[in-house]
Amino acid sequence: MPSRFLYPRCLKFMLSCLLLVTALGQVAAYADDATYTTDLGVALSPSEVSPYEITIFPSGKNLPEGKGSVKQGEGLYQNHCMMCHGEEGDEGPAARLKGSDGWFSFSDPLRVLRIDKYPILLISVGSLWPYATSIFDYIRRAMPHYAPKSLSNDEVYALTAYILYLNDLLAKESVLNEETILDISMPGKQRSVSAWPEIEL
Amino acid sequence: MKPTNVRAKSLVPVARGGLLDRRSFILSGLAFSSSLAVSNAVASDKISTSKIDQSLPPWMKTPGNGDTEYGLPSKYENHIKRDVAEHTPETSIFSIWHTPIENQRGIITPNGLHFSVNHNGVPDIDPQKHKLMIHGLVDKPLTFDVESLLRYPMVSAINFLECAGNTAPNAVSLTPLDQTAQELFGQVSGAEWSGIPLKHILQEAGLKPTAKWVIVEGADGGSHARSIPISKLLDDAIIALYQNGERLRPSQGYPMRLFVPGWEGNANVKWLHRLEVTDKPAFTKDESGLYSDILDDGKIQRFSFHMDVKSVITRPSGKQVLPEKKGFYEISGLAWSGYGKIKQVEVSADGGKTWAIAHLDQPVLSKSLTRFYIPWQWNGNSTMLLSRATDEFGRVQPTRAHWRDKYASYSFNHYNAIQAWHISSDGVVENSYA
Ligand code: HEC
Repeated sequence: MPSRFLYPRCLKFMLSCLLLVTALGQVAAYADDATYTTDLGVALSPSEVSPYEITIFPSGKNLPEGKGSVKQGEGLYQNHCMMCHGEEGDEGPAARLKGSDGWFSFSDPLRVLRIDKYPILLISVGSLWPYATSIFDYIRRAMPHYAPKSLSNDEVYALTAYILYLNDLLAKESVLNEETILDISMPGKQRSVSAWPEIEL
Repeated sequence: MKPTNVRAKSLVPVARGGLLDRRSFILSGLAFSSSLAVSNAVASDKISTSKIDQSLPPWMKTPGNGDTEYGLPSKYENHIKRDVAEHTPETSIFSIWHTPIENQRGIITPNGLHFSVNHNGVPDIDPQKHKLMIHGLVDKPLTFDVESLLRYPMVSAINFLECAGNTAPNAVSLTPLDQTAQELFGQVSGAEWSGIPLKHILQEAGLKPTAKWVIVEGADGGSHARSIPISKLLDDAIIALYQNGERLRPSQGYPMRLFVPGWEGNANVKWLHRLEVTDKPAFTKDESGLYSDILDDGKIQRFSFHMDVKSVITRPSGKQVLPEKKGFYEISGLAWSGYGKIKQVEVSADGGKTWAIAHLDQPVLSKSLTRFYIPWQWNGNSTMLLSRATDEFGRVQPTRAHWRDKYASYSFNHYNAIQAWHISSDGVVENSYA
């Protein structure tokens, strides 16, 4: 059955013709707008990338197993966070974790001072952030500021729980884990609009 | 300093308050320099002991010093520095460094003076151990070491970079703070950025049909991350490896950063190490609070990537003093737009009653700082200098009142209102609201 051998040969020839045509087409394109490139990327295996997959999505994707209570969070907060975020979570100097965004009151007498000294005190996690998963994500990757990535997953759940509690979004006896964190509905979500058109919020 | 004696054929007023037409000024300057060439040295045919006058300055009578391997500015200029904003919280981990914009000429900021915002300090990254990863909704997850990336064909473009929070004090302060242009406008800079078009890397990995966003992450302590729409990355985004001809400085993201021309600084992720291709944004920390805009009705506007059309007169500007009452000055400033090219800059020397079109220096480039000038004969009275830029799409800078109408009273990002500098009759220049 010679045709069986001929067939792949013919295919190979057609293929090389095709490649040549494509190559010629590309040569022309190179001269026009220099769109050539070099493919030097090396295959990345799932095990290589997995230690780096720390982004927690609103869907819960990448949330690690773990749990932490509001009560545990309170203790951790006092030890690791209070010196920068204040006793109540809204005195600064670093960003407000609790309460409303904006001026402390309409006639805040320290208005100018606050702008001058601590402008990021005008924002608040409790009122602006649309997803509790983002609080978990950020504490885990970046806080405490002087020792990022030093907290255990359970500690991060506990601190997230405590911040939610400070904002009346979680009861005092609650425990937060990779499932219950998805039940939290943040006030910042309802207020959100997107300047970028290709997205629904 | 002697009083200015303006040399010009005719200086045609183009608006009230002493604004003049720059073309007549330039032309007369040219006429003068050619007449200079006519004057001549005196010839002599006798041997004489006379030599060059020994009262010449010492640096003309001795050989100079050796040069250095990496050049630095003159020691007489070393007061021109970035300043670190005092109002950043407690630790140096989060710091904002402002460029001395009033001392810059042209449209390129020297690398050492480029503004920088570091949310978790400046990491010390060993390029031998640094890798770029791309994974998620791609056909082939890939990794690249720095050496391989340096072998890719590269493109270069001159672009501005501006922090979303630039000029925030004027956005939120009830009364204008008496600050310099550096303090108020120092979070914008211009540079030539060179690197690899991101589309090449995305195409090499092969995008799945559901790919819509890329979570771009840095390798700094805080793992700064932003969700960037794929359409921008396929358009003009690059992996920047060089800035103004040399490898990136650590505070600009060494060994590499994302550069998304015209978009807020925070989206130009420094110390880039990971691209996770997704169908949705991640709502990272800076997409959740700090880099959102609070609108007048209380809504939280997210993903406002573009830096809108803006301008500022850099000379004269805040806290400078005009050296000569009724003197002649050249007003100079910078304009830019995250959407494209600057089409026009108008200047007013009478607080906005009349306006004249300023001269734009070439080149006028897309999403780049653009330098403008206009000659000005100050009449010695107190007045207000304003600049108003328009880009090629007809976007015009709003007044401060119009800008404020759109946003909550404490919203401070993306402030691009017309800037006013008050000139007192003593020549003192002060930040002001028009
Ligand atoms: C050394 C001071 C410091 C300590 C300690 C600290 N933080 Fe922070 N925190 C900051 C600063 C500064 C920011 C703002 C960082 C930025 O915007 O990049 C911040 C931001 C945050 C934010 C995001 C706020 C926002 O609106 O963007 C959260 C949440 C947070 N910290 C939680 C914590 C928790 C939980 C701890 C304790 C484990 C902690 N921080 C300890 C300084 C600190």
